[in-house]
Amino acid sequence: MSIDAETARKVAKLARIRVEEDELSALAGEFNTILGFIEQLQTVDVEGVEPMTSVTPQRLKRRADTVTDGDRQAAVLANAPDAREGFFAVPKVVE
Amino acid sequence: MLDLTYEPPAPKVIQGARDDWELVIGLEVHAQVASAAKLFSGASTLFGAEPNANVAFVDAGMPGMLPVINEGCVALAVKTGLGLKAAINLTSAFDRKNYFYPDLPQGYQISQLYHPIVGEGEVIVDMAPGIARRVRIERIHLEQDAGKSIHDMDPALSFVDLNRTGVALMEIVSRPDIRGPEEAAAYVLKLRQIMRYLGTCNGDMQNGNLRADVNVSVCRPGDYERYQESGDFAHLGTRCEIKNMNSTRFIQAAIEVEARRQIAILEDGGTVVQETRLFDPDKSETRSMRSKEEAHDYRYFPDPDLLPLEIEQAWVDDIATSLPELPDEKKARFVLDYGMTEYDADVLTAEVENAAYFEQVAQVSGDGKASANWVINELFGQLKKDDRDIGDSPLSAAQLGRIVALIRAGDISGKIAKDLFEIVYLEGGDPEAIVDERGMRQVTDTGAIEAAVDDVIAANPAQVEKARANPKLAGWFVGQVMKATGGKANPAAVNRIVQDRLGL
Repeated sequence: MSIDAETARKVAKLARIRVEEDELSALAGEFNTILGFIEQLQTVDVEGVEPMTSVTPQRLKRRADTVTDGDRQAAVLANAPDAREGFFAVPKVVE
Repeated sequence: MLDLTYEPPAPKVIQGARDDWELVIGLEVHAQVASAAKLFSGASTLFGAEPNANVAFVDAGMPGMLPVINEGCVALAVKTGLGLKAAINLTSAFDRKNYFYPDLPQGYQISQLYHPIVGEGEVIVDMAPGIARRVRIERIHLEQDAGKSIHDMDPALSFVDLNRTGVALMEIVSRPDIRGPEEAAAYVLKLRQIMRYLGTCNGDMQNGNLRADVNVSVCRPGDYERYQESGDFAHLGTRCEIKNMNSTRFIQAAIEVEARRQIAILEDGGTVVQETRLFDPDKSETRSMRSKEEAHDYRYFPDPDLLPLEIEQAWVDDIATSLPELPDEKKARFVLDYGMTEYDADVLTAEVENAAYFEQVAQVSGDGKASANWVINELFGQLKKDDRDIGDSPLSAAQLGRIVALIRAGDISGKIAKDLFEIVYLEGGDPEAIVDERGMRQVTDTGAIEAAVDDVIAANPAQVEKARANPKLAGWFVGQVMKATGGKANPAAVNRIVQDRLGL
């Protein structure tokens, strides 16, 4: 798989990361290096091997269905660039 | 298990300008899990709180915060799966669906794309007595809801409330087994009914607890059967997805409008483009959401914050033993045990509270069929008039049961029972005591009825002559006697004695 400058632009846009026009081909090159490494990994035969999801045997930690959090509107909004009447205020998003 | 047999309904046929067309519909229903806390945080799910009050730092996507799964949500999803006779996957896993929107602070929704918790199941959608559609369920997965954006509070700003962010949803995905707008609406209502019986989703559609995305395509008669035989979707038309509808009325209207749009395109020689559309109920049209198309590259990948969700068969079995009797079984039992019509059984089992109320009335009265009539015709009629639910009925099931028991014992006539119903409904009290206090007991004492009949006959010699000439006029005497006894005489006894005394 080869990533060109156009694909790099699309990926950057999807990730909402601004990349200048003249940096796109270099970025595409870096992607290709990473993907080349992954292609190398894909040559390993993993037929019948369960994906390892944890280094030590662990069970997904669970919580009980009880309300233990919330009621901290001020703290939740504390870092917002703009907040009004208890809401985050963001530039108008129109469908 | 008790079972009622049924036939499938005929598919809806729409006549285009040239040809007949059929519809093929599949739904993705998003049902809010009836949990107290969110799927991955300890914040409350309660509707109507102050903005951003039900928000934990996990929900707000704060750096370093990690999701911890709410086991109650998992149990409710499993319960829903069992209620839809579905396979439960003992291992499932969570994936990130990546997109940017202000009401999604994490930048991704945690969902289950590759390994959902519930596999294939089915729903029987009743359309009329003896007519039902079997709709197969493809899967149910758990996922997070997004927050809410409000666009009309400021001309330049959108306001974001994260209270709903992270609330657990079950996405219930059907196979394309639904063949008309009415079936689609009935399917949503049946899912809602089953989940309300199970207590896994409260189904409040107005508050968005149940929303549906509808996939619609059209095909020529015969194509659907070819698809069924071969499993090849190429026999079906290209589908469009109508997003996010929270009323069965809109679902029906949107399907109808969308099908007609597709038919018009096809009959004009055009092709339907697969896309996401929005239904505008004011203009009664669907329109493309092109803005969303590019964002559809969701770049799913397994969520590295969450291990696979592994549950034990014994735990699933425990949940299975806690399942209540479900609507289909309850309905079949009502028909068989109480001898009521399927229609009445449908009405009584629509809401689990109604069914429970009825069963208590039937138990107290000892007469299921009469109880069904009184609950459906008198009580529901009165509650509807007063805009009340069964939950705040002024008349308890025990009270109504005793009224029906009084009729059954012959203590009061059906006519007096209606008066008694009204008194107890409005004023409360013990039905037997009221009957005694107000002298409403039916007169079955033949001597008293005979005396009343004799009085009426003696006072109306001219009518007696007429009645002897024309026996149909005997009814007038029965009416007079009933009037004279305040409606308390047993009508059958009165009739018999009148006939006898007039020599008819």
